Amino acid sequence: MIEVKSLSKFYGKKAVVEDISVTIQPRKITSFIGPNGAGKSTLLSMVSRLLDADTGDVLMDQTDVRKMKSNEFAKRVSILKQSNYMNVRLTIRELVSFGRFPYSKGRLTEEDERIVDQSLEYMGLTDMQDQFLDELSGGQRQRAFIAMVIAQDTEYILLDEPLNNLDMKHSVQIMKILRRLVDELGKTVVIVLHDINFASVYSDWIVAMKDGRVVKDGPTEQIIQSDALKEIYDMDIPIQQMGGCRICVYFNS
Amino acid sequence: MIFNVIKKARNIEMLGTAMKKRYLLLALLVLSATSLFVGVSRISPIDLLNIHSEETQIFLISRLPRLVAILLAGAGMSIAGLIMQQLSRNKFVSPTTAGTLDATRLGILVAMLLFANATTMQKMLVALVFALAGTFLFMQILDRIKFKDAIFIPLVGLMFGNILSSVTTFFAYKADVIQNMSAWLQGDFSAVMKGRYELLYISIPILIIAYFYANRFTVAGMGEDFSKNLGLAYKRIVNIGLILVALITVTVVLTVGMIPFLGLIIPNIVSIFKGDHLQKTLPHTALLGAIFLLICDILGRLIIYPYEISISLMVGVIGSGIFLYLLFRRKAYA
Repeated sequence: MIEVKSLSKFYGKKAVVEDISVTIQPRKITSFIGPNGAGKSTLLSMVSRLLDADTGDVLMDQTDVRKMKSNEFAKRVSILKQSNYMNVRLTIRELVSFGRFPYSKGRLTEEDERIVDQSLEYMGLTDMQDQFLDELSGGQRQRAFIAMVIAQDTEYILLDEPLNNLDMKHSVQIMKILRRLVDELGKTVVIVLHDINFASVYSDWIVAMKDGRVVKDGPTEQIIQSDALKEIYDMDIPIQQMGGCRICVYFNS
Repeated sequence: MIFNVIKKARNIEMLGTAMKKRYLLLALLVLSATSLFVGVSRISPIDLLNIHSEETQIFLISRLPRLVAILLAGAGMSIAGLIMQQLSRNKFVSPTTAGTLDATRLGILVAMLLFANATTMQKMLVALVFALAGTFLFMQILDRIKFKDAIFIPLVGLMFGNILSSVTTFFAYKADVIQNMSAWLQGDFSAVMKGRYELLYISIPILIIAYFYANRFTVAGMGEDFSKNLGLAYKRIVNIGLILVALITVTVVLTVGMIPFLGLIIPNIVSIFKGDHLQKTLPHTALLGAIFLLICDILGRLIIYPYEISISLMVGVIGSGIFLYLLFRRKAYA
């Protein structure tokens, strides 16, 4: 369980994240949603220690994350930011092998190799493992990065807008994979999402942010409600029930 | 059309095969042997049987040190370039295009002005401080530039280098040491002799350290966030890398002079065929750098025999040609 306690981050005098407290439930997909500039990515970066918070604490199973060694932290929490490392020529397998870096510092043991094989298999990348990343499509590349995170074998997987620049097919593919990571492997997934319908269909819990504060925090079906959405986005969004999914029809509201 | 495509594919495949380590080693051995026996005085292997002959003396005092210097400088500058490209995440950054070489030269000047008869050690230390400061300053500039265009960054580096260079020229002019300074500008192996090049041996342990850190440099090359995710102390690794680069550059400039472009083209060629996993590409880069420099040196010695074309001119001409080719080709693979 990750507990965020009155976390704030200031750039100059402006608070990007202001006094946020949320709890991230284990073995669930939690989505951070909200308008642009709400502070979602900043919050995610602070939880994953990429950014230092100005005030407040992040506790992971009652331990202050700042007190953990970076190597130990890397074995428990992985974070993928919007990836644009495209000028690096690594093969898929080489990239995924780096997921084992916190464990073996690059000198892979047989156990590491086995885990790399499994991660590639899990993401359906085994046949193309020797291709270079810069020769892949956006969806394949995103799958390769997720395979690396699987190889990193952390309890917590944090993703910052993993669907950016992906087409519908690949977006659905990635979200299904995240769902399987939670349901089959017992991971805890936290994602920043822009598309509210992906959040609605795939997540268990939603944290809605606006202007650096949390405005709504609860199970998905409580947040995907017209009145709650009005508060988050300032839009009247009707909700349709379709095939067991709650879909927000925001296109003409 | 189709024929051309097939031909091109075959060429690339052949080049890729030629990139195998054992072929590179073979080429290196043949070229090294050639280098030892090319020169104004004719030396044949049989002469070497007589230890006291003049030929043997030339061989030991001039030819052998020259070969060693070429091998170490070639491997060293290429690795320095490779590390810089990885850490700056830009394929066109190298000691030439990031001001490291110019900062080193400024350092040598300062050493000469401060200590009237500077020893090699003093020059080296002062030059090292300047090379480090110059490189760190460039990395700071790089951090602050929002417009991270592949071509723009090295241009900034070249401008930065030119500023340092004009400062050097100004003070060298004032102190009347212009001629002395231009000796450091032009890379030249003809002056390499026993007793004058041994500083270059420093690059051997540096190359070993670089190999030891190869994986960390690769991870750091993926960016700060990526490195932190894997628990890597990003800033420390970048600093270690830049110190290694500065050390290599300083030893090469002090013993041989400036060799432009080498750190730029060699890592790029290797990257096209072998990718950017440093642990796998470091040996190839070192080997190819040494081979390329050997070829340039042998050609430079033969073209206007019995005179010599300086190595920096040879590398400059051949290297800039290859560099242009890479620029045009870049769109195809990046």
